[in-house]
Amino acid sequence: MDIDYNQTLDLTGVACPINFVKTKLKLEGMPKDEVLEVILDDGEPIMNVPKSVKEDGHKVLAIKPFGDRFKLYVKKQ
Amino acid sequence: MTDILTEEQIERYSRQIILPEIGGAGQKKLLRAKVLMIGAGGLGSPCVLYLASAGIGHLGIVDSDRVELNNLQRQIMHSTKTIGVMKAESAKERINQINPDVKVYAYNTRLTSENIMGIIKDYDFIVDGSDNFPTRYLVNDACVMANKSFSHGGIFRFDGQAFTIVPGEGPCYRCLFSEPPPPGLVPSCQEAGILGAVAGVVGVIQANEVLKFVLGIGELLVGRLLIFNAKDSTFRIVKIPKDENCPVCSKAPRITKLIDYEEFCGIRAKQK
Repeated sequence: MDIDYNQTLDLTGVACPINFVKTKLKLEGMPKDEVLEVILDDGEPIMNVPKSVKEDGHKVLAIKPFGDRFKLYVKKQ
Repeated sequence: MTDILTEEQIERYSRQIILPEIGGAGQKKLLRAKVLMIGAGGLGSPCVLYLASAGIGHLGIVDSDRVELNNLQRQIMHSTKTIGVMKAESAKERINQINPDVKVYAYNTRLTSENIMGIIKDYDFIVDGSDNFPTRYLVNDACVMANKSFSHGGIFRFDGQAFTIVPGEGPCYRCLFSEPPPPGLVPSCQEAGILGAVAGVVGVIQANEVLKFVLGIGELLVGRLLIFNAKDSTFRIVKIPKDENCPVCSKAPRITKLIDYEEFCGIRAKQK
């Protein structure tokens, strides 16, 4: 099942913590309840970014495998 | 210019943008802020280094002295290379090396009742890191009259103190000490000696007060005098009430014009 999203951010090859910083800044500029799709590498990025996004108060809707990477869907709170 | 953070700014400030209390919005506040540092010495050095590093976009530096060899034990923003250079200029050079985002305005002058209002008017927050009572009282009175918030810092031997004044909200420095001590009674910093690290602790606390003020987070040292003892490694907080009869910040102030007090120790006078 596909998830509708309003904006997308490809963070392939972007290391921690800059990937989270970029996600955070993108979310800051979006209206509440909009959904952001974030493409993240396997390993540290997919381990850390969803956790940090949750700690910032946003809602993680889903994490889906995307080849050797992942797609994270976040609802801005 | 500060509407969108550049890639370089995102990387440079990433570790503080991560903080929920700061984020991109907070970083933009810092980049827009205008802070005036009075004194580029023992307190000014650590304070300015942290403010410049954090990306305070506009930093004014006031100091009428030149860098001397005996300053370098505690005035860590200057260097052996800048001995003989005006301190405000030496500070500007150092800040430019650290962070090109910061616009630095050097004032190679001593604050007086004549020039202080014109200088402080352009700034959001003032940091007093001066080493003498005439300037300290002048800064307090001018800031109260101009309704400018400021941080007071003082150091003496192994002791330090910090206090933040938000006019209208809490007490001012005169609520704490209504008049300067008589000349000759209190030894100046030059006579008393000072441990460099004590200046570092207090100057960094002042920088922290600036950052909190600009970001609008936490509790400022308003009405709370923070006292640091380096020998015991202790901090104490002393609550300071507003003085209803304060000569400058009460409802019926006695002092309504700025005062140029006499220099307290003869050292500076002899040098001139």
